[in-house]
Amino acid sequence: MKQAPFVAAHRDEWQAFERYLDAPGGAQPPFPPEDMPRRYRRLCHHLALAADRQYSPDLIDRLNLLALRGHHALYANRRRQSQRLVDFLLVAFPALVRAEWRVVATAALLFFGPLLALIATLQAYPEFVHYLLHPSQIASFHDMYDPGNRRLGMREADTHLAMFGFYIWNNVRIGFQTFAGGLLVGLGTVWFLASNGVMIGAVAGYLTQIGFGTTFWSFVSGHSALELLAIVLSGAAGLRLGLAVIAPGNRSRKAALVAAARPAVRLMYGAALMFAAAAFVEAFWSPLTEVPFQVKVWVGIAGWAVLLAYFAFSGRAGAAR
Amino acid sequence: MAQVDEARARGMLDTTRRVATPEGIELTLHLVGPVPRALAWAIDLALRAAVVIGVLMVAQYFGRAGWGIALLAMFIVEWLAPAWFEVLWNGQTPGKRAVGIAVVHDDGTPVRWGPSLTRNLLRAVDFLPFLYGFGLLTMFANRDFKRLGDLAAGTVVVYAPRRSPARTLPEAPAQPPPFPLTLDEQRVVLDLAERSASLTPERLEELAELPAPLIGRATGAAAAARLIGIANYVAGRR
Repeated sequence: MKQAPFVAAHRDEWQAFERYLDAPGGAQPPFPPEDMPRRYRRLCHHLALAADRQYSPDLIDRLNLLALRGHHALYANRRRQSQRLVDFLLVAFPALVRAEWRVVATAALLFFGPLLALIATLQAYPEFVHYLLHPSQIASFHDMYDPGNRRLGMREADTHLAMFGFYIWNNVRIGFQTFAGGLLVGLGTVWFLASNGVMIGAVAGYLTQIGFGTTFWSFVSGHSALELLAIVLSGAAGLRLGLAVIAPGNRSRKAALVAAARPAVRLMYGAALMFAAAAFVEAFWSPLTEVPFQVKVWVGIAGWAVLLAYFAFSGRAGAAR
Repeated sequence: MAQVDEARARGMLDTTRRVATPEGIELTLHLVGPVPRALAWAIDLALRAAVVIGVLMVAQYFGRAGWGIALLAMFIVEWLAPAWFEVLWNGQTPGKRAVGIAVVHDDGTPVRWGPSLTRNLLRAVDFLPFLYGFGLLTMFANRDFKRLGDLAAGTVVVYAPRRSPARTLPEAPAQPPPFPLTLDEQRVVLDLAERSASLTPERLEELAELPAPLIGRATGAAAAARLIGIANYVAGRR
């Protein structure tokens, strides 16, 4: 068949398909939506024929464009998002953390190792803090956690909302950087995990040693579980990427990276939600001095217990389904 | 574009990517190099700055709380808005839409939340050591112009499909060529005839005089008319 009869035979069909793509939800679609896949397959068939018979480039171009648009329309994502969020939080996310327990444990070690070691060290050798923190940093921590403060962890002029914005902007960014650093063969992630562990350990150890322990632990206990575990999970996601680059196994580095990015970014969804929740607690609950110290510490411990139980048990039944 | 495919088959152009679909055809995607992408990024950056400045102008009346709102806005426009636009706007941020490019999956399907967030979060590494240094090096190191974020997410940036007005073959009495033409030759003749409306008459005549065995001794307007006649024959008009 020559080009002109071919075009004459199918032109109406192509135009109907184009009209359908222009207004898929329109009032008067040229054909019912359930006809779309069949129509699309026919168009693909026409494109293949036109290319094989070397019809004019312009005709092939137009058919290619039409097929491309049909491909987009047919393979677009139409799943409901809200149900997936609940599923993700109750089942998929904790199951994913358990499945990735090796990188999670490694990240936890890299982060909590220096943190706990420094808290212990500084109790015995308080002057060691000067290797880690600048005097101006030490002075500002003095300001923030002075037992005479009306509000903890912030300067007098700050408001809760201002601190919330700051924590989101700063902490989530640190989490994202910890994750992205994994692409640098994991080194960026290791650096962010260890250096944050060192910083937090130094501040916690130092303030406890000089007698600001009550104010400091009263401030951090509430959000500590969410925030510290979110950093660990960001690090775990980053290590997952780094591992794919270092040891891709029996596929190409590119394929290994794409495969590793899928679970890694799902870990990041959860980590980002945890950072946001932590920022909320940190801005609106942690600074309160009206609440007694014991209550705040117990709330903090309860937070750790709930979160660890969540990661250990949530979604086990769902995952087995 | 089909000329481009032809050229690519001969190894002259390598800025296209062919994607096989489940329907057994190959679609052609046209890859975007660093310059249009930098342009799109610059437009997005300006828009982001405008949004943040706008928020700051309102937020200043709320004192320190306004500062918190501004930081929230900065976080959202920097990390979340690009992915949000890419998923809801067929792979385009406002800057990409202005430049006419879009993000799609490696297989040409519209980008979804996971890959879009992956590539946007990993921008932090592409940006290193300054102004997308790693991203640019990576783009030059693979044939799809992917930056690191694209590699991990399995996405490519392509020119958004654009509709050009259909070209028509001028009507003329069909004239059989003096000898059978190969498929390649038929295609060249058809393409020239379809382009004739966009050429000046002088240029068309000049081009039409080139295939001497086809048009014989005809010159000028006669050569053009003869070639268009042959094109009509090739297209199957009688």
